[in-house]
Amino acid sequence: MATKVVMEALSPTMEEGRLIEWKKKEGDAVKVGDVLADVETDKAVMELVARAEGTLLKQVVAAGATIPVSDVVGWIGKPGEAVETDTADKTDKTDKAGGTGNSGGAAGPKPEPVEAPKPERRPEPAPAAARAPAAATATAAPPARSNGERVKASPLARRIANERGIDLASIQGSGPAGRIIQRDVESAQPPAPAPAPAAAQKPAALPARTLVIPPGQAYRDVPLTQIRKTIARRLVQSIGPVPTFYLTSEVDMERVADAREAINAVGEGKVSYNDIIIKATALALAQHPECNGWWQDDHIRYWSEVHMGMAVAIEDGLITPVIRHANLKSLRDISAETRDLAARARDRRLTPEEYTGSTFSVSNLGMFDIDEFTAIINPPEAGILAIGRISEQTVPAADGLEVRKRMKITMSCDHRVIDGATGAQFLRTLKRMLENPLAMVW
Amino acid sequence: MAQFDVIVLGGGPAGYVCAIRAAQLGLSTAVVEKDKLGGVCVNIGCIPTKALLYSAYIARVLAHEAADLGITTGEVKTDYGVAMKRSRKVSEQNSKGVGFLMKKHKITVLGGTGTVLSGRKVKVGNETHEARKGLVLATGSRVKGIPQIGLELNGTTVISSDEALFLEAAPKSLAIVGAGAVGTEFADIFNAFGTKVTLIEALPRILPVEDAESSDAVAKSYKKRGIDVFAGAKVTSAKVAKDKVTLQLEVGGEKKTIEAEKVLMAAGRAVNTENMGFKEAGIELTDRGFVKVNLDTLETTAKGVYCIGDVAGPPMLAHKGSREGVVVAERIAGHHPPAIKYDNIPSVTYCKPEVASIGLTEDQCKEQKLEFQVGRFPFSANGRARATNETEGFVKVIRGKKYGEILGAHIVGGHASEMIHELAVARENEFTVEEVDLAVHAHPTLSEATAEACLDSMGRVIHI
Repeated sequence: MATKVVMEALSPTMEEGRLIEWKKKEGDAVKVGDVLADVETDKAVMELVARAEGTLLKQVVAAGATIPVSDVVGWIGKPGEAVETDTADKTDKTDKAGGTGNSGGAAGPKPEPVEAPKPERRPEPAPAAARAPAAATATAAPPARSNGERVKASPLARRIANERGIDLASIQGSGPAGRIIQRDVESAQPPAPAPAPAAAQKPAALPARTLVIPPGQAYRDVPLTQIRKTIARRLVQSIGPVPTFYLTSEVDMERVADAREAINAVGEGKVSYNDIIIKATALALAQHPECNGWWQDDHIRYWSEVHMGMAVAIEDGLITPVIRHANLKSLRDISAETRDLAARARDRRLTPEEYTGSTFSVSNLGMFDIDEFTAIINPPEAGILAIGRISEQTVPAADGLEVRKRMKITMSCDHRVIDGATGAQFLRTLKRMLENPLAMVW
Repeated sequence: MAQFDVIVLGGGPAGYVCAIRAAQLGLSTAVVEKDKLGGVCVNIGCIPTKALLYSAYIARVLAHEAADLGITTGEVKTDYGVAMKRSRKVSEQNSKGVGFLMKKHKITVLGGTGTVLSGRKVKVGNETHEARKGLVLATGSRVKGIPQIGLELNGTTVISSDEALFLEAAPKSLAIVGAGAVGTEFADIFNAFGTKVTLIEALPRILPVEDAESSDAVAKSYKKRGIDVFAGAKVTSAKVAKDKVTLQLEVGGEKKTIEAEKVLMAAGRAVNTENMGFKEAGIELTDRGFVKVNLDTLETTAKGVYCIGDVAGPPMLAHKGSREGVVVAERIAGHHPPAIKYDNIPSVTYCKPEVASIGLTEDQCKEQKLEFQVGRFPFSANGRARATNETEGFVKVIRGKKYGEILGAHIVGGHASEMIHELAVARENEFTVEEVDLAVHAHPTLSEATAEACLDSMGRVIHI
């Protein structure tokens, strides 16, 4: 029996795809994994591959056609085999999740649904030991047990959670049968207290570094406190779904310019201002995880990992490829990676993994001579930095006036996650790094 | 060459338990044992001493309490030789019991000393055996003397527990060097059999690993019974004659001379790592002489070779070794057993009054700068204890101030060894003192003292 070839969900948000070009002709022999066609998704040009072996019997749609995900685009089978002509098979349409089209248990592996890269479960802090028997139940259990299922927790774990205001339902247990024990609660820290507005006058006094993400964990989900819920509700009423406010700061770029010149003089490749800004931003974020979070409606996910989204203008749009672990990479690596990602973004040859999962973004319009601007937050991220051009400005100096390279940066903050003082502290760290680039290696 | 899935080197409480668990999990298993199954514990350790301690207890009750209890006895005489022979019977029965368990689980017992070869092979006699899945070292430990100060074991005047357990008669006088569990238990035994006992400990307290209050309670009880207790005492020299030993002590700056018919060495044990090919097979040792293991997996530096029990490191306790045996067997079978909580292993000394503990001592809590609240309840205020003349001792519970977790628990009393497990279960499951109290305790029982100590840690004690 012949096997259907369907339009697969090639990106997390893809609902339809345009078949650009068939790579196999009718009658061609195909093996599992062979590229059948190029498909343009909402984000990039992707390959549609064969999930069955045989002969491409029929191209149901022509190049250039736009087809909803899971609709049939072709058939694979034995030469001469008959194929269904009614391709609008309703039963298959329901199979969207799988994005597959094997009919009637025919040969060929069932393709895995393409999903946004999920962060892996955090590495076990303790001997792998305790886990495995409980693993099945632990992973199967929904993180928020809103279904009335009893939360299993030791009495001590309950007490600590109660005292620290931690919602036990938000924690995965590592004890017998998934029971929450002391160490689980202790590694789930409560959210950082919201800084008082008056503190803006004396930034040094802010309790900004109380957010601790235990070593070895990519991120920490922090349940919303009542005050945070209220802030979120009131601000959304005021301004829209993402209540944004803006913070602008002017940065002296003389030392960055010197540093860049010195690095480029080495002659082992060129580093751009943007590369340096990305690196500095990533390092500053690592110091301020409270600005490196995702709004998740019922909780905030604070990341310890820094994945920097970099807005790249492409023909009729823009895309934000991601420099993963940017805080840990050398300037040299960042430079090479941004160049590669930007080039492939323009060619629309990025894979979904390469443009999803960023924790914070940077948008730079300096090269277009924009002095300063505000960028729009890319949810669920909580912040984006808009970089203006570097220009010579006359600034007061010890002995009169001085002409120096200056740059304005504006941070858009999702007020549900980042408060004014929190964002300001992060910006101050970033400004210090840029004004003294050696601080980046400190 | 015979092949097994698992070969266990040593048939003590770590090794034989490991073998049984491996066999339960469907693995073909062999145990190599050069002596008797059950190891030190069953044959010359835990079990026979408990038998002798029971004799000692009955002797004391008859001698000191019988009349008051309404029982008329003649003159109470003791005979260590008879008690010893009974203790041997108990040990032999237990060792046979282990043999029966080996048969029941179809475990091959290879008699002889095993030599480890590389590639998980073991040579016993002329035969080489291969462990396909895992080789487990459970070679245990042995007594040791202190030759540096002239106290080398000679089997007659300078003896160890190995000889003390086979004496035909109690010596007239006995100096015991080392007041850990072994030394303290033998002091109790020989005191009851009429020996003039001197108990010597270099550290500032007897039972030095226990809570200071526990040490003090036992020291007080011993002194009352006529046992000379010298803690913080250094043996500077020893003169070993044919029928007596003279020890020079330094106690708190003062010099003392002690003469005894025999000296019992009970200061530490040496682990069995020599002459079994460990080094050649790539099995490394720690600086302290134990086999080096990965504490999460109990695997040694040689792949597929595991180590459990005394030889794998402290605490050198049978029940710690048994648990390691179970965990290693399950690991070899591909299971993922929960990790051993080494901070929740009970420690017990079976002298009268018994001493049992779990978790941290009060001093350790102070050193770790923990905020805690101590709850105590003396057995003198417990009905059951009064009824059975066991009013010595107390239950002490150390509660974390903020959350009420049980940081440590210490019991001194007639049946402390049995009572400690309520608190072991509580700690294992992270119960706080409140849950312990919430469970209704039967009246009258010694265990009520545990609930009361928990209440006391919260300032709510009822019966004092």
